[in-house]
Amino acid sequence: MAVAEQKKTTNAKHEPKVLLELEGIKKYYPIKGGILQRKQGDVKAVENVSLKLFEGESLGVVGESGCGKSTLGKAVLGLEELTEGKIVFQDTEIQDLKRKEKLKFVKEMQMIFQDPFASLNPRQRIGHALEEVFTMHTDMSAKEKRKAVIDLLVEVGLKEEHFYKYPHEFSGGQRQRIGIARAIALNPSFVICDEAVSALDVSVQAQVLKLLKTLQEKYQLSYLFISHDLGVVRYFCDRVLVMYLGNTVELGTVADLFNKPLHPYTQALLSAIPRPSVNAKRKRVRLQGDLPNPANPPSGCPFHTRCPIAAEKCSSEKPAWVEYEPNHFAACHFAGQPIQ
Amino acid sequence: MGETLLEVKNIVTEFRTADGQLPAVRDVSFSLKKGETLCIVGESGCGKSITSLSVIGLLPSNGKITSGEILYEGAPIHNLPAEKMRQIRGNKISMIFQEPMTALNPVLTIGFQIREPLMLHHKLSKSEATKQGIELLKQVGIPYPEKRIDQYPHELSGGMRQRVMIAIALSCNPGLLIADEPTTALDVTIQAQILDLINDLKDKLNMGVMMITHDMGVVAEVADRVMVMYAGKKVEEGLVEEIFNNPKHPYTIGLLNSVPNVDDPDFELEPIPGSLPSLNEQITGCRFHARCKFASDICRNKEPQVVSVSDTHKVSCWLETEVH
Repeated sequence: MAVAEQKKTTNAKHEPKVLLELEGIKKYYPIKGGILQRKQGDVKAVENVSLKLFEGESLGVVGESGCGKSTLGKAVLGLEELTEGKIVFQDTEIQDLKRKEKLKFVKEMQMIFQDPFASLNPRQRIGHALEEVFTMHTDMSAKEKRKAVIDLLVEVGLKEEHFYKYPHEFSGGQRQRIGIARAIALNPSFVICDEAVSALDVSVQAQVLKLLKTLQEKYQLSYLFISHDLGVVRYFCDRVLVMYLGNTVELGTVADLFNKPLHPYTQALLSAIPRPSVNAKRKRVRLQGDLPNPANPPSGCPFHTRCPIAAEKCSSEKPAWVEYEPNHFAACHFAGQPIQ
Repeated sequence: MGETLLEVKNIVTEFRTADGQLPAVRDVSFSLKKGETLCIVGESGCGKSITSLSVIGLLPSNGKITSGEILYEGAPIHNLPAEKMRQIRGNKISMIFQEPMTALNPVLTIGFQIREPLMLHHKLSKSEATKQGIELLKQVGIPYPEKRIDQYPHELSGGMRQRVMIAIALSCNPGLLIADEPTTALDVTIQAQILDLINDLKDKLNMGVMMITHDMGVVAEVADRVMVMYAGKKVEEGLVEEIFNNPKHPYTIGLLNSVPNVDDPDFELEPIPGSLPSLNEQITGCRFHARCKFASDICRNKEPQVVSVSDTHKVSCWLETEVH
């Protein structure tokens, strides 16, 4: 914890400091087949992703299911071994570290999952489950641990008496609060939220989003916020990364990306969201078809099979990742061209 | 929009549990016209799914409609014997579920499952049913229906499976389609396709659609009328414009304010505090009072009456009673 505190005091809000840098991250899953189970190909779940995450910022990652956004999150945490690429966290390359050395960084990086119930032991009291974090990473006495856990519960909006309850006694929103408590227990600087609010009812979702924001301000947390809900991303994040079929298609600040999306896929995604308003009936762009099979991705631009403005060039030549405006990247031959 | 298709009058649906009889739907009434879409919204556990299961007669074995009546085209259907109800279900009233993978049988081909209602209800032969099945798949926008009809559910994507579900639900030209969170499990781009499809087919076949959802965005997109439920009760009902532009019940307002707005960066979320009470909790007065910031003594003690804001807009809240 000492490292984290030190870092947080020295980092008064001046220049945004890079916390995490990904360089050419690739994650392939081999497809095996035949009698000898030889490798026949790859499912390219994450294809060449490079980005920077600054301290205290929330970076949203959006895309349809199967676009590789969850795999990206897991790869950053080291839950999936990289096929290729570099992860630089707090100026240290962490992808090839030994288990023991890695432990230091594990404290700094945490994850909140979609369904916290699945990761809780149904027969263990919540308090004891949370105590385990401190048993693993600190040398607190039993009394200190109990106090730390109760402080945590209060911090995330639960009560002291919840300490002795079992997971099934909590509602969905409360369970997610427990998931958050576990993630912030060791005072991390970086938290990955993988669809953290997707399974919750809207009213509860709003409560949890507020909690995450409060915690971010209090502890200068950086979030990698993986979600398919663009409304939530607009509300919650500073910058957004759009992924399609394992590729990054666009990256920009929330304002840039939502107001002047460059990539046709981003435009289509934005136009597909049902708006909770009956006054602004506007014309929508409908994408045809489904996500192609990632084991057999289309040639050229991965989106060309569904793209309304695709030209010949798109099926043969893969577009480069270009910074069209300051801090606004896209990979498209016709970036900025409206699709309607 | 035409004649009344479905009328639900004061139904109470109760569940027999270890803690005694628990009402999940408390005295709910509504009606639906042909060619109209009614959206039922509320948090999970508010009784919206149980309401729809009561209509189609698919309540779990410990659930029962204990009072009230349900009329379909003027004839009561809530007390029909099982065999009679079976002839209506899938024929005149059909349903689409949230998870197409769990609703489709994984060991039977798409063809078998789409032929089944046609052969049972319309007494078609197998080859006729196959022909019509292919037509139906084409109608819901499935490419290569001749090939798809021999495939199994796992060979299709989520959006395709939901299309198959819709094709099966529509196979017998039902008058009423109940859709229980039909797009919740789908991605936005696919969701948009499915919502368009349901809307198009509704117009084409002049069906009544009863859509259950918690997504206010979906509601704005498809609904003609909206009914908001809270803890087993109907709290507000009105035309979709009335609900979105002039919501009256604090719960409806709360629901609308807890959805982040994609188009407005400065939108501030205002969550509803607390969570839905459990079924066996005894609540006096208004069922929402514990989470309502406007609650006064009368809300805690006496149940609010239904107040008409307009001919189509009704709300149960003491705040409105005082205004009128």
